Amino acid sequence: MDYSPLLLSLKVAAISTFIVFLAGVFIAYLLAKRDFFGKSILEALFLLPLVLPPTVVGFGLLILFGKKGWIGSWLLEWFDLQIVFTWIGAVIASIVVSFPLMYQSAAAAFEGLDERLSNAARTMGASEWRVFWSVVFPLAWPGLVAGLVLSFARGLGEFGATLMIAGYIPGKTDTIPMAIYFAVESGQMEKATFWVIIIITFGFSLILWVNWWSKRNIRRFTRT
Amino acid sequence: MKRFYLLALFVMLSVLLVGCADEEPEKVDSTVKNSPATDKQPAKEVELLISAAASLTDALEDMKATYEEQHEGVTLTYNFGSSGKLSTNIENGAPSDVFLSASSKDMNDMEDKGLIVEGSRADFTSNVLVLIANKESDSTITSFEEIDPSTIDYFAVGEPETVPVGRYTKEMFEHLNLWESLQDKLVRGSDVRQVLTHVEMGNADYGVVYSSDAFISNDVKVLAESNPDWHAPIVYPGAVVEASEHKEAAQQFLDYLTSDVGKEALQQFGFK
Repeated sequence: MDYSPLLLSLKVAAISTFIVFLAGVFIAYLLAKRDFFGKSILEALFLLPLVLPPTVVGFGLLILFGKKGWIGSWLLEWFDLQIVFTWIGAVIASIVVSFPLMYQSAAAAFEGLDERLSNAARTMGASEWRVFWSVVFPLAWPGLVAGLVLSFARGLGEFGATLMIAGYIPGKTDTIPMAIYFAVESGQMEKATFWVIIIITFGFSLILWVNWWSKRNIRRFTRT
Repeated sequence: MKRFYLLALFVMLSVLLVGCADEEPEKVDSTVKNSPATDKQPAKEVELLISAAASLTDALEDMKATYEEQHEGVTLTYNFGSSGKLSTNIENGAPSDVFLSASSKDMNDMEDKGLIVEGSRADFTSNVLVLIANKESDSTITSFEEIDPSTIDYFAVGEPETVPVGRYTKEMFEHLNLWESLQDKLVRGSDVRQVLTHVEMGNADYGVVYSSDAFISNDVKVLAESNPDWHAPIVYPGAVVEASEHKEAAQQFLDYLTSDVGKEALQQFGFK
């Protein structure tokens, strides 16, 4: 039995979640409480991967990141970096499909905050940076964790777009969903069952752990 | 505290929802055409569900209009996919009247399990493997034997366990002693179209597909054709599905495919 899909899946989901968390929180905070022409269009664009079929997302990614794609050809020329058929491709696919979940959760969390609390901090001379870390972030934390967990879960389960951009190269780009898909297709039910159990166990315990962890953190924040 | 439980509930529900959304499965490429209700003979209206190997897509789509014109009341609805997946679907009860497979193996399985109508099975066309490269490729290879794994980054093939074209490709490369040395370079597509896409978009240096697939693509060029001795003959067997409710109309469609007219229609799309 080859265990590489497990490590690869965790690596891909972890890296993509990390990037998605940073980008989602940053962009959502930037856009929250701000209204400008075209904001709805921009937000709709962010959420688009959520409604598009995975193969369409995958095809779009191929057009962007393929060897001849807009970004892909540039990366290849300047950094000798090929995205297609590598695990980096899998990370990009995960980022694109899980970003909407993070953005949506973060935006909702920031929208729901009481602006007066931030303003109170500002009147006491706190910098914007301080306001964010000491007031906004702790208060928005529950919503952010929700986004974090959703993003990770989505990244772990991503299949359609990943198959197109990362290809299926056993030992190199075979994530757990891909291992399951090809095992089922070729009738290797034992192998498929094994991976299904693994991914359920991992997904479930991770969500459980994050919930417990955030609960503890909320207590800490609310006590101080 | 209350807020937290609400949040936890939201997370769990959302995860469940996402989980469900993820199961959104097969790409069902059907072209359902609800023919305007002809009140005169409602009994003759038959919608034939045809599960066909992905490689037949263009040829069958092209044939649809002619066939429906010649057979009044019959509507053809296609479901394209890899033969392995389609046979699994039919076995699990997916409605289907005709099964057009790209591999004898999947059809044999179906026959053994009694899922097809006895005596309805017929080989209706055949194919050869071709080596393809992007049309802008500067490769000078003119035969499969000239393939040098050390000069290749990525080589697109069908997944050998699940996609028939992949199984033939594996057989051929094993015959040519190239399979082992190509291992690290092989990008395995979940169907033959994906193999084609990888080469069309220039992401894989080479690929192996059926001649019929290369035929309909404007973005690839054929470098070489396989020798039929290198792999099992690539025939397309078709059969009427046992669970079909329109066995007669299904058999009629199959007869059409095996007739000279049907064969010719397929040859226009690169089939042999």
